[in-house]
Amino acid sequence: MSPAEALRAERAERAEGAERRPGPLWSLGLLRSELLTTFRRWRTLALLTVLAAVPVLIGIAVKLETDDGSSAGGGGEGPAFISQITNNGLFLVFTALAATLPFFLPMAIGVIAGDAVAGEASSGTLRYLLVAPAGRTRLLLTKYATVLAFCLVATLVVAVSALAVGALLFPLGELTTISGTRIGLAEGLARALLIALVVAASLIGVAALGLFVSTLTNSGIAAMATTVGLLITVQILDQIPQLDAVQPYFFSHYWLSFADLMRDPVYYEDLVRNLGLQAAYAVVFGSAAWARFTAKDITA
Amino acid sequence: MGEPPATEPVRPDRPDQPDRPDRPDQLKRQDRPEREEREPAGDAVIVTRGLTKRYRGGQLAVDGLDLTVPAGSVFGFLGPNGSGKTTTIRMLMGLIEPTSGTAHVLGRPMPHAARAVLPRVGALIEGPALYGFLSGRDNLLRYDAADPAADPRTRRVRVAAALDRVGLTAAAGKKAKAYSLGMKQRLGLAAALLRPRRLLVLDEPTNGLDPQGMREIRTLVRELASDGTTVFLSSHLLDEIEQVCTHAAVMARGRLIRQGAVADLAAGTRGRLVVTTPDPQEAARVLKERGVGDVVVAEDRVTGEPPDGEIADLNRALVAEGVRVRGFGRERPSLEDAFVALTGEGFDVAG
Repeated sequence: MSPAEALRAERAERAEGAERRPGPLWSLGLLRSELLTTFRRWRTLALLTVLAAVPVLIGIAVKLETDDGSSAGGGGEGPAFISQITNNGLFLVFTALAATLPFFLPMAIGVIAGDAVAGEASSGTLRYLLVAPAGRTRLLLTKYATVLAFCLVATLVVAVSALAVGALLFPLGELTTISGTRIGLAEGLARALLIALVVAASLIGVAALGLFVSTLTNSGIAAMATTVGLLITVQILDQIPQLDAVQPYFFSHYWLSFADLMRDPVYYEDLVRNLGLQAAYAVVFGSAAWARFTAKDITA
Repeated sequence: MGEPPATEPVRPDRPDQPDRPDRPDQLKRQDRPEREEREPAGDAVIVTRGLTKRYRGGQLAVDGLDLTVPAGSVFGFLGPNGSGKTTTIRMLMGLIEPTSGTAHVLGRPMPHAARAVLPRVGALIEGPALYGFLSGRDNLLRYDAADPAADPRTRRVRVAAALDRVGLTAAAGKKAKAYSLGMKQRLGLAAALLRPRRLLVLDEPTNGLDPQGMREIRTLVRELASDGTTVFLSSHLLDEIEQVCTHAAVMARGRLIRQGAVADLAAGTRGRLVVTTPDPQEAARVLKERGVGDVVVAEDRVTGEPPDGEIADLNRALVAEGVRVRGFGRERPSLEDAFVALTGEGFDVAG
């Protein structure tokens, strides 16, 4: 080794020695960056705005319809709980969640989850994240955690917007459960929060499915469209009576079970089934996404 | 150093490296895969053996590549578009799994040891890719956060230093989608310089740059190389390789045609004899008599293929015959001559 080379090697060694050992928490830097990046996107904010607007529209519609003294939702039409809103604004939270859960919420999740990996691939940023090196498993876990965070935020946006509109347009107070018993406002709020959490958890399955689809293609748009398409297909199939043998396996089958939290005592059976089904979807499609993503040639 | 060398085993069947004959100990290395991550300077930074990639659909993109990149070199990876350069780089960076063969980077196998190797490698692969809705600075912060071995406490300082190094400090707050192509390229380069690197892999780094931008990149590459960083530079521009590289490899249609020191590569082709004289016809006659082939006269310049042997004797003959000689010498062969000689074809750059 020539003296110049030795000097160079020594310098390199010193530079490396001066560096601190990587801490275990450094790994979370990517999650923080991912959350910041996702929630700073114009598209994410637009989705959240649409979701926040749904309770406003429902609230105004109910208010206008009932101003002449008639009751809302006439003969039991419309989303669950809608006829109770005029008595208690808190019911707008339940109505808004029941109205957005079948389509608006999962569609928003489908967009974010579908874009998670495929969007990075189509913009080319995926290869730079991987040579950083983000690590494929770490990146996928980070993406899934971010999509789940979006599920929670999206649901809370609907719930909080509904609560604000409900409090503004209608009286708040004691409320009557589906079982006919009366509970105080504080307990009503607690149940509303619980329901929001259950609704957010109901989206875990769609999130995993969307992430899996996202690992299959290099086109963010294709992944989003596929995920939303699957969502609509499953929703339609869930309505066809002849398919009742397979329907319990559809991720959306027990979605509306969150209403059981408004019974007194709470009826847990379908709630548990729903959460179990979501966990199963997360495991199956999470593993599939992992298997696909860790073995994939990154050519984009 | 005192540490035992810790590279992955170098298989004894490796061919000789004409450019590094001073390292016979490479053949005696024992297998110590996980002991120590550093490997001594002076070793090969990239070693591939029989590296092959066949894409689904049967297209053979890279075919049995045996590449050796010495440490501290500026290594030009040369070939027309579509010759397999980018596929090779993607395999070296662990983005693509080879169909067969092995690739070692910084002494560790890829893609297996990507987590240990890549933090010490900076890369610019097939042009920059940025988040258009983020500022230049935020783009770098994100890429740095993706590296689990990067210290978050020094992140902002390192990002600022990288931006400064490529001259983007003033534009750091601008959204990346407002950047010109040259600025994007420089931001991509800044991402490769976020931490001190042992190896820089730059795939067509001057693509889309104006002459001034190209000069800046070349200066930067020379600076980095003088700090001891090995630079692996792919290009389809011969003069670019000739200007900055110490070593080069030539690819064509997925195969490695030749590799070695740039001077040796060009030496494979002999330069033409050039005589400048006010008596060109006379000079041409004398040179032909002495066995010079393909003699061409152009005004006061006579050129030809010299025969084997001492060419100074030709000069003596010219003078003895009364030919007045103004200039006499061998034209330095260019890498382009070498490439044409090696591949038997021109350096056709399409698209």
